[in-house]
Amino acid sequence: MSTIDYTKNEVNVHGNRSLKEIDDLIVAPLDRIPDKRFFIAIGFTSTLLLIGVIGVALSLYYGTGLWGNNNPVGWALPIVNFVFWVGIGHAGTLISAILFLLRQRWRNGIARFAEAMTIFAVITALIFPIIHTGRPWVAAVYLLPYPNQHDIWVNFNSPLLWDVFAVSTYFTVSLVFWYVGLIPDFAVLRDRATGKIKKVIYSIFSLGWRFSNRHWQHYEMTYLILAGLATPLVLSVHTIVSFDFAVSILPGWHTTIFPPYFVAGAIFSGFAMVQNSLIVIRKVFDMNDLIPLKTLETMNKIILLTGTMVGYAYSMEFFIAWYSGSQPEYFTFVNRAFGPYSWAYWTMFSCNVFIPQLFWFKKIRTSIIPMFIIAIFVNVGMWFERFVIVITSLSRDFLPSSWAYYRPTITDFAILLGSFGLFFTLTLLFTRFLPSIAIAEIKAVSEGAQPSHHGGEDHE
Amino acid sequence: MSKLYSVAALFNTPDDIMHAAAKVADAGYEKYDVNTPYPVHGMDGAMKLKSSKMGYYTIAIGLTCMSLMLFFMYWVYNIDYPQVIGGKPLFPLPAFVPIMFEITVLTGAVLTVAVMLIFYFKFPNNAHPLHDSGYMKAVSSDKFGINIEAEDSNFDLDKVKAFLSSLGAYKVDEIYFDEEEANTKHKILDTKFVFGMFLIAGFTSLSVYLHMNKVLYMPPFDWMLVQHKVTSQDKSDFFNNGISSREPVKGTVARGFMPYLFTDDPEGAAENLVNPYVADEENIALGKRKYLTYCSPCHGDLGKGDSRLKGQFPNGPTVHSDKVKSWTDGHIYHVISEGQNVMPGYKKTVTRKERWAIVNYVRTLQRALDAKEEDMQ
Ligand code: HEC
Repeated sequence: MSTIDYTKNEVNVHGNRSLKEIDDLIVAPLDRIPDKRFFIAIGFTSTLLLIGVIGVALSLYYGTGLWGNNNPVGWALPIVNFVFWVGIGHAGTLISAILFLLRQRWRNGIARFAEAMTIFAVITALIFPIIHTGRPWVAAVYLLPYPNQHDIWVNFNSPLLWDVFAVSTYFTVSLVFWYVGLIPDFAVLRDRATGKIKKVIYSIFSLGWRFSNRHWQHYEMTYLILAGLATPLVLSVHTIVSFDFAVSILPGWHTTIFPPYFVAGAIFSGFAMVQNSLIVIRKVFDMNDLIPLKTLETMNKIILLTGTMVGYAYSMEFFIAWYSGSQPEYFTFVNRAFGPYSWAYWTMFSCNVFIPQLFWFKKIRTSIIPMFIIAIFVNVGMWFERFVIVITSLSRDFLPSSWAYYRPTITDFAILLGSFGLFFTLTLLFTRFLPSIAIAEIKAVSEGAQPSHHGGEDHE
Repeated sequence: MSKLYSVAALFNTPDDIMHAAAKVADAGYEKYDVNTPYPVHGMDGAMKLKSSKMGYYTIAIGLTCMSLMLFFMYWVYNIDYPQVIGGKPLFPLPAFVPIMFEITVLTGAVLTVAVMLIFYFKFPNNAHPLHDSGYMKAVSSDKFGINIEAEDSNFDLDKVKAFLSSLGAYKVDEIYFDEEEANTKHKILDTKFVFGMFLIAGFTSLSVYLHMNKVLYMPPFDWMLVQHKVTSQDKSDFFNNGISSREPVKGTVARGFMPYLFTDDPEGAAENLVNPYVADEENIALGKRKYLTYCSPCHGDLGKGDSRLKGQFPNGPTVHSDKVKSWTDGHIYHVISEGQNVMPGYKKTVTRKERWAIVNYVRTLQRALDAKEEDMQ
């Protein structure tokens, strides 16, 4: 790989490549046998995954007693991880749907990748509530309203059930959205494919797509509709996840600020994760001009914005705890900051509120290494945010006699590591087997792609 | 047999294709199509297409499914299984809103795509003559194509070719297709298909069988059949005598039981104990039930000493012997309570009333098996 001049600030998504070159560049990772870097990376992530698989298998065989969950802290790490991963997914939908509706052209280069991350993040997230039931093979059915021999239905009043609907809808719609976007690209792959097996597979997945304008017309409309549906959906998902907490009466959970605060936090951590992965991808696959520095800088600005919003939420929570005059509420917050979990609280606070403020400096915002490190801090901070919310409130609630300190066990950590392994393994496989940049979308916004008398520039 | 499908022309730039599409539409062709690697802005106008109606489907589907879901939740809570949860009303509309919203989005998105695929892209009959042609390969990458179908009413091969060339096409091709291959009639009896179906059926049955009969009986899928706790009759390593539960302290009186005064004194019992219960129908029925549970394994259903134990334990003797007949109720009561030699006592498991009821039942048996003439009346 040649040396990259990171100071060069490309403004356009596309550089000056011809349509053909765009095809070649994006499809290249699919056609060649990946190099050593890829195998090292996937070896590493699948080792993590294996650790997680062992953790889960032990937990299923011996039971969830292997985890640190104790009596007041019944939710513990599985829910922390669930909320964390669902949050990661939100950035993907934000980029692919909301920025699409807002006609943000810089999104095109990263939309496909971000959507894929959404799907993988939701898959990873879904594992946690499911294994948390202890016996997932029975629980999975009890979560859905279906006619059964007990003649009993699920509880439609419960935020946990709303969550089932929200997260499964989110997963399905993201998957459909992603797949619809992939159809034309599958057709491109089909027409380029030389091997017979590849050709059959791509033919099946391209659903007979033939780039007909009579199809493009409905296709574009459908894509717009999906974006329109996904936008309120993504906001609803973390809102409903926050209801899991906010609808209860536990001090520290029972607050109305939770829905917007959770959504902001989700976008915050999701953008950090996408930014991290993109930096790796553009380096490994030489896609510097398809994912220009400008894109990363814009993402950093969003991280700065949402990080500040999250900081505001933290302060507001404190203020309301005092202002409400409710003693348990007040105690909970003082306990968070100065109680036995103050180490987690201050980790969260510094990673989420202080460190991202460095993005005010353009120099930091536009240099790869610092921004990469800051984004990692953001993700650590956001994981701790969920930890603080879930654990501190549960471990010390109204009744001092039932307080207990929660400590995760090694199995908890194994599963947490495994979730990262799963996520990154899927991401790596995705970059290897599917076009990680939307070919048709990139072509549509490349220079001279739209008829001149229409001023194609404003087209999306 | 090969048949002409269309004449296809390729162009180099988006400007060319816009121009060509407009010209083709103006020339009155109806069955033609434009193929571009990405949606070209303004093409719908050039082709004079009506705008897409997808949005209406989404609205209709989303709202219908939302109402159905609302009705379903109403039905569940108010008709099928009314129950009050958390003191909420049976029709808590605000609590239903999140689910209604999610269902609207879910069905709206998924079914809109299904409508697009099935009604507009003709899935699953989406094989097409253009597939795999050089034309297709060009338009999927960087060229812009237009093709006029042979079925168009104005179609005339030479004229169309000349027309397309005159529009600036750099290449004009005829596209043929194999009629046999394009036949989309269902081939249900195709051997491969039938074989595949059998394979699926076999696989499904086998996996269902294994699942229901084997997998569900293996830990950890076995409904927690295996647990780390002492169940009744288990041997325990914890106590020296290996019994899993402790014996009560001497003299313990269980709730509902009275201390028994005639231990080791059958004669006293025989003399002093009087059956306080009248042998009415109800009492005898209770006695029968208890007799069949506690006594019949050793003494036989009718007390004839025909044990079911097959020699695992000394047979209980008949209760129809003259000896037992001559005993007072109190004596039989004593044997039931305290046992006799190898026969264990039942005062810990059978209540006082039940023991007397058994006595009455034994008496009934004795009388029934040796009925006198006057009993028949
Ligand atoms: C574990 C088997 C067993 C059970 C159960 C059992 N018995 Fe006995 N029973 C015996 C044996 C054996 C004897 C003879 C004991 C002996 O050698 O004196 C006996 C003796 C008797 C006798 C005295 C008979 C005689 O000729 O001395 C009576 C009456 C009697 N049982 C009634 C009952 C009644 C009523 C029950 C139900 C509460 C009952 N038994 C339950 C085994 C049993």
